[in-house]
Amino acid sequence: MSGTTAAARRGGGWTPWLYLAPALVVLGGLLVYPIYQLGLISFLEYTQAQVSGGEPTTFKGLGNYATLFEDPQFWQVLLATVVFAAACVLATLAVGCALAVLLTRVRAVPRLALMTAALGAWATPAITGSTVWVFLFDPDFGPVNKVLGLGDHSWTYGRHSAFALVLLEVVWCSFPFVMVTVYAGIRAIPGEVLEAASLDGASQWRIWRSVMAPMLRPILVVVTIQSVIWDFKIFTQIYVMTNGGGIAGQNLVLNVYAYQKAFASSQYSLGSAIGVVMLVILLAVTLVYLRLLRRQGEEI
Amino acid sequence: MTFVRRPWRLAAEASALLIALIVAFPLYWMVLSAFKPAGEIQSTEARPWTLSPSLDSFRRVFEQQEFGRYFLNSLLVASVVVIASALIAFLAATAVTRFRFRFRTTLLIMFLVAQMVPIEALTIPLFFLMRDFGQLNTLGSLILPHIAFSLPFAVWMLRGFVKAVPEALEEAAYIDGASRSRFLWQILFPLVFPGLVATSVFSFISTWNDFLFAKSFIISDTSQSTLPMALLVFFKPEENDWGGIMAASTVMTVPVLVFFVLVQRRLVSGLGGAVKD
Repeated sequence: MSGTTAAARRGGGWTPWLYLAPALVVLGGLLVYPIYQLGLISFLEYTQAQVSGGEPTTFKGLGNYATLFEDPQFWQVLLATVVFAAACVLATLAVGCALAVLLTRVRAVPRLALMTAALGAWATPAITGSTVWVFLFDPDFGPVNKVLGLGDHSWTYGRHSAFALVLLEVVWCSFPFVMVTVYAGIRAIPGEVLEAASLDGASQWRIWRSVMAPMLRPILVVVTIQSVIWDFKIFTQIYVMTNGGGIAGQNLVLNVYAYQKAFASSQYSLGSAIGVVMLVILLAVTLVYLRLLRRQGEEI
Repeated sequence: MTFVRRPWRLAAEASALLIALIVAFPLYWMVLSAFKPAGEIQSTEARPWTLSPSLDSFRRVFEQQEFGRYFLNSLLVASVVVIASALIAFLAATAVTRFRFRFRTTLLIMFLVAQMVPIEALTIPLFFLMRDFGQLNTLGSLILPHIAFSLPFAVWMLRGFVKAVPEALEEAAYIDGASRSRFLWQILFPLVFPGLVATSVFSFISTWNDFLFAKSFIISDTSQSTLPMALLVFFKPEENDWGGIMAASTVMTVPVLVFFVLVQRRLVSGLGGAVKD
């Protein structure tokens, strides 16, 4: 902001609030209020009986959380969610960054081909992506088992292979965002800088590590955080590919677990408590993100 | 880049093409399977081509249920969300970038934090909210939450675009006697439009893909269902109708692909702009 006249007008009185009003109304009603409700329900006894009005709602305090934390399945699901999300984020970032670098090494035609294919994967809705990948790995009719000569090996039967299959689909549909964003970032680095490094005899790996990575840091932070948030919240892929959480719930992640608790067994308060746990974890991630942004000295 | 040596570049190009093929293969297989006649899909040979393409699977998809209606519902929900959230986000982004006021930074941080809220976790309270307002089984129950969930990201992303419009332009407009709203809609809006397009890709996709709300809020009135639910009908406990699933998946994927191709250029430059900031 510069100039006193501009600064004086810039306050704008009520104008900014007028512009903000629609957004604040929508967010207040459909985001803030539901979060408050989520917290509230997690402290109540709230099952089918209370929903239909058959029984009065009673306050349970931390009872739902106690039930949840005593349930070994909850801890198992939490661990699975964290490990699975971490694996997805790492794989997505590795593939996305590698291909972004590859894009800068090739001429227009292969670049266009890879870009187009990636945009196709990106555009594919999670649910259709899930159905297609399940079909590709189908034990009876899928091409993958035919090519690998695995006979009628079922990928969704084992816990790890089912998670691996979902991971492949997740990486497939989320690496394009990383690739396109990092590629745009690399293109924004002045060519002379890279040329100078290479003239000085730096290896490709060295250029990436000592020149490009530091310059790309802000972008890498953005794509990492976005990936963490997306992959931690995965619902559709698990739900569709493992048929609602796998055999005996072996492939449950927090989101699907909360959904099953609430809508399949009508334990709305337990489902809400799981939701609160997720909210808290993601809030912690956000705080880390904010600190990183601040350290970069970015003005918000 | 001229300093990359030749054999390396050829190897890089060959691998780029190969990876492109692998990445595109699932989509190819989806479309192929949608056109395969029933006999070939059920065959254990899984050939990567078909000599007798048929429209049977598509016919089944469109006949079996009110698929056309689901398609229109999905399209309607996504369009309303895209337009509404783009307009609301544009106003909000203008407010937080072109004005200085109390709580501005707090608001920005809240927009950032709001992006992280797992919408899936809010399905339970939203379900009761929609029930209390009699919105269950209506398209409104899908539209309203999606507007709310697209907004924070859209505001955050549009910020960069609004910021990029030089302030001198604003000064000049006011000196020339333009009112605030005239500047907003006739000068700023067209300039920020590419950013709006890039942003709307995200709201379009998240809405079009939505599966959880469609499954939870549209519980009895199937005339209000959207595409993802129609797709699941083909999953059967005894034997999945893969032809139908792939045909329905194709129908569901094509509009998003078209949308992406239309905005592709703006998307790439838009993302670059947003992250450079």
